[in-house]
Amino acid sequence: MTSPANVSPFLDPLEKLLSVHGTPAVVRAVEAGDDVGNARQAWIESGFADLLMPEASGGAGLSLRTADDLLRTCARHLLPWPLDATMVVRAVFAAIGMAVPDGFVAIAPQTSIDVDGRILCRGVPDGAAADWILAATPAGAMLVPVREHRSEAVFRGGAVATDVFWHAQPAGTTPVPREMDWMAIGACLMATRIAGAMERLLEMTLAHASTRSQFGKPLAAFQAIQQQLAVMAEQVAAARMAASIGMLADGIEADPLRAAIAKARTSEAVVAVTSIAHGVHGAIGIAAEFDLQLYTRRLHAWRLAYGTERRWHGVVGRALLAAEGPVLDAIVLRAAPPAA
Amino acid sequence: MIDALQLVAIPSDDAALRSEVRDFLRQHAAAWPLASRARSWMGFDAGFSQALGARGWLGLTLPVEYGGGGRGPFARFVLVEELLAAGAPVGAHWIADRQSGPLLLKYGTEAQKRFHLPRICRGESFFCIGMSEPQSGSDLASVRTRAERVEGGWRLSGQKLWTTNAPRSHYMIALVRTSGTQEDRHRGLSQVIVDLAAPGVTIRPIRDLAGDAHFSEVFFDDVLLGDDAIVGQEGDGWAQVTAELAYERSGPERIYSSLALFDAWIAHVRSRSVPDDASVVLAGRLATHLAVLRELCVAVTSKLAAGESPVVEAALVKDLGTELEQAMPVAIADVIGADEGPPAAAALLQALAYVTHVAPSFSLRGGTREILRGMIARGLGLR
Ligand SMILES: Cc1cc2nc3c(=O)[nH]c(=O)nc-3n(C[C@H](O)[C@H](O)[C@H](O)COP(=O)(O)OP(=O)(O)OC[C@H]3O[C@@H](n4cnc5c(N)ncnc54)[C@H](O)[C@@H]3O)c2cc1C
Repeated sequence: MTSPANVSPFLDPLEKLLSVHGTPAVVRAVEAGDDVGNARQAWIESGFADLLMPEASGGAGLSLRTADDLLRTCARHLLPWPLDATMVVRAVFAAIGMAVPDGFVAIAPQTSIDVDGRILCRGVPDGAAADWILAATPAGAMLVPVREHRSEAVFRGGAVATDVFWHAQPAGTTPVPREMDWMAIGACLMATRIAGAMERLLEMTLAHASTRSQFGKPLAAFQAIQQQLAVMAEQVAAARMAASIGMLADGIEADPLRAAIAKARTSEAVVAVTSIAHGVHGAIGIAAEFDLQLYTRRLHAWRLAYGTERRWHGVVGRALLAAEGPVLDAIVLRAAPPAA
Repeated sequence: MIDALQLVAIPSDDAALRSEVRDFLRQHAAAWPLASRARSWMGFDAGFSQALGARGWLGLTLPVEYGGGGRGPFARFVLVEELLAAGAPVGAHWIADRQSGPLLLKYGTEAQKRFHLPRICRGESFFCIGMSEPQSGSDLASVRTRAERVEGGWRLSGQKLWTTNAPRSHYMIALVRTSGTQEDRHRGLSQVIVDLAAPGVTIRPIRDLAGDAHFSEVFFDDVLLGDDAIVGQEGDGWAQVTAELAYERSGPERIYSSLALFDAWIAHVRSRSVPDDASVVLAGRLATHLAVLRELCVAVTSKLAAGESPVVEAALVKDLGTELEQAMPVAIADVIGADEGPPAAAALLQALAYVTHVAPSFSLRGGTREILRGMIARGLGLR
């Protein structure tokens, strides 16, 4: 249990908004590109996107660390807009004294610009639901308006992660004059999403095991099922811890080593967690109208987004090999929270 | 359960202990070759334990009035993490320091505390755990060893098995039946302190697959125990042993058992001009797991610090931790065996063979994988 002192005052209002405008129906509608009424506008006007901005700029001055719970909560509901990336980008803009963009911003994991000036952002989580894409290039980052783009789905239901493509740099593109490890921040945000979605997936799977009966007793009564659910809980606990390590920052800049650990460990957990969840659910978990698939498809997409475990294991491995001394000093204590 | 395991920082006062411990360990480390470090907390050196005692580092969490350090679980975590990272031979005092001392503090009489705790803190009394028997492994409540009431005390008969360090320990805390029958299961069990020098105690070491003799069988032939042998309440043995197992399972030794091998392998990879991709990725994967597990372990420690008995959380971290400990030798062997460069040093290959051989015990000792997962399932409300 979180002690009351640690609970963010924003958690309650966030849960309330999620219960109205973050339902599975909204998630499905956004993914399908259908009308969601005033849900989108409600989120934009809610002020949650300003929480990481300094208080002087009208924000709440939260850090990645103090926004951790809130973002994980959004992920439990699979909030289908990139509120997390929007929060970070708005805070960056406020910090450098630029006018913050209206609407939602997604951070592109990968951007290429060809000789003719065509821009391609690959596998952008929530790319189709965003108003802007933050595209990091070797020449610096820029904010590109999504209208005018040609978007094609990478995964069925393009709202999960989308390739976003422009024939030329569109009007309204704004350079972002701030050095920032956008890959690391994207990795941390995605790790937090994975952790949050997994927590909910575990609850759903436990509930299913307790209500569904076969051979005259609940599935949960079978030792084989119990052992699998224990493994699932272990993986979820590890993912949650890893994600918190990633968000261990007093500002809005992710520490590259912690980000690597966060994204690698959460991504690796996706494999076992989704597989056990589906196994325990049986055939109903494959049905589109059942909510399980909303979670498992996203978890697989988020595992890929901003790099899978293999990519980030490479980052951690190179850091370890380049350092001197034992792993405790080179990695473990460097990733740990500073003594308090 | 997931919410209970939160990222917490170690308090600065406790973290400050780290450099002191390192300075101390540096003076001893030269005496520990890789073969000794690879044995981790199975290494035994009574002299080293006494040196730790002299520094005030045994019984760190026990009250000062009983000779302890009067510190909290976080301080002990830092100390133990450093000892394990250095591969120090901590086996002699390990069990007394980790569980027997805290158990006696929690349930013992004033006289028991006054007698045993200062000796534990000086490294003069080593303890062993008398739980398992030939017919009672995972099914611990089925123990048959009995203590019968007799004039002025108890008469103990039966047998314990797999008792780590029995030949080199002074006392055993044994789980025995003091009333009822096996059918009574959790009722009628008690914990007793057995002086291993008492008449009627026979100890036979058992050699393990690596050639070491750390565990043993212990026979009790009408061993007479005084009235004061019972720990806590007669009949409360099951509840007490459950609390004891939380101490036994919650420490960082459940994630660091293969650490010496890992560090030796990293040194080997670093010695190559260009490490191969497989080694880089593996190094990163194992280090990533370790970093996360370590914070889970700190989270469990924070529960101890809050006065809780984190039985389920400890089971979860131990199961995940031993999985990593077991993955290390297997994965390291895979990349070493695929490497066509110059062969690794003999000491590394020997450590690899040793850890490979003993690794299956990591998920047996202290409760098997299936038993721990059963406890987690209970914590999840499934049983
Ligand atoms: C190195 C080492 C040191 C040890 N030191 C000590 C010590 O100091 N003191 C002490 O008392 N003991 C000690 N032990 C013993 C240890 O506690 C036992 O090995 C452990 O409790 C398992 O018991 P067992 O070996 O009899 O296996 P068993 O209980 O026979 O189990 C064999 C297999 O069956 C599985 N199994 C058993 N019951 C169930 C069930 N209900 N559901 C599903 N699967 C089940 C187990 O998980 C395991 O895989 C030590 C063991 C080792 C390896």
